[in-house]
Amino acid sequence: MVATPHIAVRDLRLAYGPKEVLRGVSFEVRRNEIFGIIGPAQSGKTSLLRCLNRTIEFSSAARVAGAILVDGQDVRKMADVHELRRRIGMVAPLPVGLPLSIYDNVAFAPRCAGLTRKAELDALVERCLRQAALWDEVKDHLDCLGTRLSGGQQQRLTIARALSPQPEILCLDEFSIAIDPVTTMRIEEALKELKRELTIILVTNLVQQARRLATRTMFLWNGEVVEINANEVFFSDHPASRKTYEYVNGRFG
Amino acid sequence: MKTPPITPAGAGMQPGATMFAETRLVRRKLFSEALAKWIFFGMAAAMVVPLLCLVAYLLARAMPSLSLNFLLDPPLHNMTQGGVWPALVGTVYLVVIGLSISVPVGVMAAVYLNEYARENWFHRAITMAVINLAGVPSIVHALFGLGAFVYAARFGYSVLSAALTLAIMTMPVVITSTREALASVPHGFREACWNVGATRWQTIKAVVLPNSISGMLTGVILEVSRTAGETAPIMFTGAVFFKAVERGDLFPYHLTDQCMALSMHLYVLATQVPGVKESLPFATAVVLLGVVLLVNAALIGLRVYLRSRKRW
Repeated sequence: MVATPHIAVRDLRLAYGPKEVLRGVSFEVRRNEIFGIIGPAQSGKTSLLRCLNRTIEFSSAARVAGAILVDGQDVRKMADVHELRRRIGMVAPLPVGLPLSIYDNVAFAPRCAGLTRKAELDALVERCLRQAALWDEVKDHLDCLGTRLSGGQQQRLTIARALSPQPEILCLDEFSIAIDPVTTMRIEEALKELKRELTIILVTNLVQQARRLATRTMFLWNGEVVEINANEVFFSDHPASRKTYEYVNGRFG
Repeated sequence: MKTPPITPAGAGMQPGATMFAETRLVRRKLFSEALAKWIFFGMAAAMVVPLLCLVAYLLARAMPSLSLNFLLDPPLHNMTQGGVWPALVGTVYLVVIGLSISVPVGVMAAVYLNEYARENWFHRAITMAVINLAGVPSIVHALFGLGAFVYAARFGYSVLSAALTLAIMTMPVVITSTREALASVPHGFREACWNVGATRWQTIKAVVLPNSISGMLTGVILEVSRTAGETAPIMFTGAVFFKAVERGDLFPYHLTDQCMALSMHLYVLATQVPGVKESLPFATAVVLLGVVLLVNAALIGLRVYLRSRKRW
């Protein structure tokens, strides 16, 4: 059975003014997989994610070409961009606790979408916080400020908030760079659980993280795809590209 | 591998020398540090002197006239005696009406410029306009108000014309300080909201405004004193020498009436009326100062309260 890809990116090009950031990127992400994206700084990983949920449109100099299909629908032609952003959850590298209570942090997005019934909100908040492995730590003080949590807790709060609009895709952009290894492991465990319900795109600086979590990994280099392969091949001694081997084994450049 | 033996601190130095000796160089450094600190402190302290002198001088000269009756009475005997009630009420009218026009308009303009506008020529043009408007002298605003509101809009010499003129005058500062307050809210908060599908307005309502409102108040506080103190703009557009008002009447003016105002009244008493009781202008100045300080104190109290609720 050949499943249709959940996300299909075709020849995506992006430039900020004269500076080309993505030079024709194409890949497909299957339903309920964790798709790893690795690559050095400036390779266009974050910009790629911003194209997915169209937050790229906040950069006035950005010009985008190509197609991004979610369930066969071109995101660039969707009328309701806010609905798109609810379908694609996004977690930024640095944890951002909004200056609201923990509860309101998670309830914010559903409320924006029009959910007002207290019982439903309560259930949703609890579920999202559980999925982000934060519930046990905060369940007794949900009215405390999200900004007062520790960095690791805030990052899990950010994940809970990203899950709160009940997205079908979750993008994580180097989620672990500002948090400790123990919290990182807890989030990784949570992601393995989430994979059953969601498709996850994991952009990471940590090669080993992609190796641990992803089913397939893409190596992005200077705005171009070097290699997309199943992890067994990607992280083996003989990936399709010599560059991949060198990058993965830390012998780059 | 051989590890070097642990030696006491300072071992190996010349006998007699201590580790942190006070050499000439160190003494000089400490001296210039102390000197700098005291010079800066002196300048900061010197700022208090003019204010104290001014207030003390005003109070001393105004003492013979200051009383509750001075506040509540209208001017009497061709303005040579009596109180400041009509002018006091007039100033409150102008400040309240003027700011209730300029603050909402200014805040909304600032929200547009800071939260919605893209960086382009239109945006730059508005920013330039705001900066230049802030630099226009008040007497020029007065002439503009005269032409625009009194004549062109046919509001006549009135509270409305004067308040509108004051509103135009104060708007640039309201816009600038509001933009600064909005810009001080970290951008990451906005992106976090956008990422979960919030619209810009939902983001502004939930996160940006609640966390910048105390900063906005700073601009409003500055403008209260300016609105109350400016004489030229209202002299041309709606403030008069004298207007008969009952003692203690809280609502003596209609929007289309001319009014008295403290700043104008002070100018008139000091220069235009012969035979004024000597302490009257000073007492008027004290009342003007009192009004401004009172409103400022109230707004600062509000700001402290809002700041204590600021949440990051």
